[in-house]
Amino acid sequence: MAQAKKTQVSMTVNGQPVEGLVEPRTLLIHFIRENLQLTGPHIGCETTHCGACTIDMNGMSVKSCTVFAVQAEGAEITTIEGIANPDGTLSALQEGFRMMHGLQCGFCTPGMITRAHRLLQENPNPTEEEIRFGIAGNLCRCTGYQNIVRAIQYAAAKINGTEFKEAAE
Amino acid sequence: MIPGPFTYHRPESVADAVKLLIELGDEARPLAGGHSLIPMMKLRLATPDHLVDLAGIGDLKRIVRDGDRIVIGAMTTQHELLASNVIASSLPILHETALLIADPQVRYRGTIGGNVANGDPGNDMPGLMLTLGADYTLEGPNGSRTIAASEFYQGAYFTAIEPGEILTSVSIPVPPAGHGYAYEKLKRKIGDYATAAAAVVLTMAGGKVATCSIGLTNLSETALLADDAAAAVIGTTLDDASLRKAAEAARAIMSPAGDGRGPPEYRKHLGGIMVERALKRAAAAAR
Repeated sequence: MAQAKKTQVSMTVNGQPVEGLVEPRTLLIHFIRENLQLTGPHIGCETTHCGACTIDMNGMSVKSCTVFAVQAEGAEITTIEGIANPDGTLSALQEGFRMMHGLQCGFCTPGMITRAHRLLQENPNPTEEEIRFGIAGNLCRCTGYQNIVRAIQYAAAKINGTEFKEAAE
Repeated sequence: MIPGPFTYHRPESVADAVKLLIELGDEARPLAGGHSLIPMMKLRLATPDHLVDLAGIGDLKRIVRDGDRIVIGAMTTQHELLASNVIASSLPILHETALLIADPQVRYRGTIGGNVANGDPGNDMPGLMLTLGADYTLEGPNGSRTIAASEFYQGAYFTAIEPGEILTSVSIPVPPAGHGYAYEKLKRKIGDYATAAAAVVLTMAGGKVATCSIGLTNLSETALLADDAAAAVIGTTLDDASLRKAAEAARAIMSPAGDGRGPPEYRKHLGGIMVERALKRAAAAAR
């Protein structure tokens, strides 16, 4: 079929109203990276497996390679660019990933942190098993996940005002 | 990977969606959560000219108890099923199964309607719906009709849905209090389709199996109801011989594909083991 007509979409991204003209087939990740120039969310597998493109949409973690931008009309979206504290300092999760060495190459990190952000909203004090199950949609090929789990535990403790205890080796 | 071009429609009622599907014909597809369809479109294995997004139709998102049945709107997501107290208390096997589907991100988007209507033999809900004796409501140009899940699946990606019809809800009879249940799914990793899976719902009386139904996932072109396997355990204490008989009866109707999950012989072997494990765990959970 011929080139489909472009559609106007508008949504709120990291607190800012944004809009753009997209083809219906434009994936949300492409709209975010190319139209909005927010290149924090990454394109990894493009097949809904790896979670590198994870964003927060209407209070849900979403793989933005598997949503069309037109489906996000009116949505409230947070990307990794919107995760830091309002004053620009690192959020508890970002600090946790830094302190616990929760990344090596860093490719999965924006998706990991954005996913962990929602996980801690839903379950502020997760067990290790709940963390592992909760980030099962995000693949990391470097860390073996150990330090990612620690980073999320660190952040949970900081948010809850409790003491972070590292598991004995 | 960018899908082929299409025109996007977002009707606000089922009637409008049906009208659109009729007008646009074969080249239109309804879009639910999109986590089966959009990946297929990115691979250009699906190239619909029109997508009719059902997300704007409010009535398709609900979980309600209607007498002795639970009615679930087609656009209810797996995540919403998991958050529902009605499901957790009345249909715990549905909770257990939803938790084994894909990963958190996919469960926020994936819907029960899409899962049952797609006709993908790898989807987990069809086998469970057969086990639970569910009905599906379809709405189309000639109004509404109800069809049993057991009559819905005709082949891989072939179902009883007629052109212009939309699956709008799933109605499940609530299993009796004290029933035992289990969904045993073997998969290579989290997020994968089943290498083999079995659902069991049973009741026990005096230490013996009183009623039983068994469903199978990804062990044939469609989900299967393993009637002979269920019959093999009724009246037994689920001793080893009965378990083996049930597994063999279930294997007799399996015809899995050979793929990255293993050759057919391997998957049939495991399919029988899933049946045995599900039976044992369901019996242990029954009161």
